[in-house]
Amino acid sequence: MEELNRRMLRARDAIDRAYAEPLDVGAVAALAHMSPAHFSRCFRTVFGETPHRYLQRRRIERAMFRLRDTGRSVTDICMEVGFTSLGTFSRTFREIVGETPSDYRGGNGPAGVPNCVQMANIRPR
Amino acid sequence: MITKLNVASIYVLDKDEALEFYVGKLGLEKGNDVQQGPYRWLTVRVPGDDGTEISLEQPGPPLHDEATAEQIRELITKGALNGLVLIADDVRKLYETLKARGVTEFTQEPMDHFYGTDMGLRDPFGNAIRILQQG
Repeated sequence: MEELNRRMLRARDAIDRAYAEPLDVGAVAALAHMSPAHFSRCFRTVFGETPHRYLQRRRIERAMFRLRDTGRSVTDICMEVGFTSLGTFSRTFREIVGETPSDYRGGNGPAGVPNCVQMANIRPR
Repeated sequence: MITKLNVASIYVLDKDEALEFYVGKLGLEKGNDVQQGPYRWLTVRVPGDDGTEISLEQPGPPLHDEATAEQIRELITKGALNGLVLIADDVRKLYETLKARGVTEFTQEPMDHFYGTDMGLRDPFGNAIRILQQG
């Protein structure tokens, strides 16, 4: 079990490093030397959510960070965090955060805590 | 008045392996290494620091029954426990040094922020280590 946890943690770290790249569950599963279906089950057993959901929340968290901390356009931010369609990004963002990227930006400034603390603790569920 | 943080503890799976990593690779120095019966009091610290010790603790008896120890090992290896934040004078140089010493598990390569430059890595067990260069 400890060995499996470690492998899944390495995979999750890989998602956190490469969220901006064209990443899908198959690519991360390959890093863990597993079939996508088996990998998804194991990841969920260890972390309580599927790797797809984890990646999606990570991308939204990084978008929230950029909306708060930078003046980049919503379209640029969408691409920078790994989405390829503005429509998908806006819809996903609204579903998870409860407001549009522009509204979120309007209501929030820089968080003022270290980046690693933000990544660990501000990822929406 | 409290004047110093004297000892902080982290959980590891194996003290010998931890020593090899924290001293041999990361470059901390060994502090206490005292065997008392089955217990080994093992600490590391930042070289030249004021003596704040990081105690390397292994889950197990008599403090933990086997089921509890197993729960803690589970938490360590899934990265659910808290790790360390250390300060370095030159993070990019240290990154190259650590790679040359065979450290491979970086969670984040050196990156600039408004508060400085930092990088992230995991110890062999799953604990998170952040290293920050301030300024």
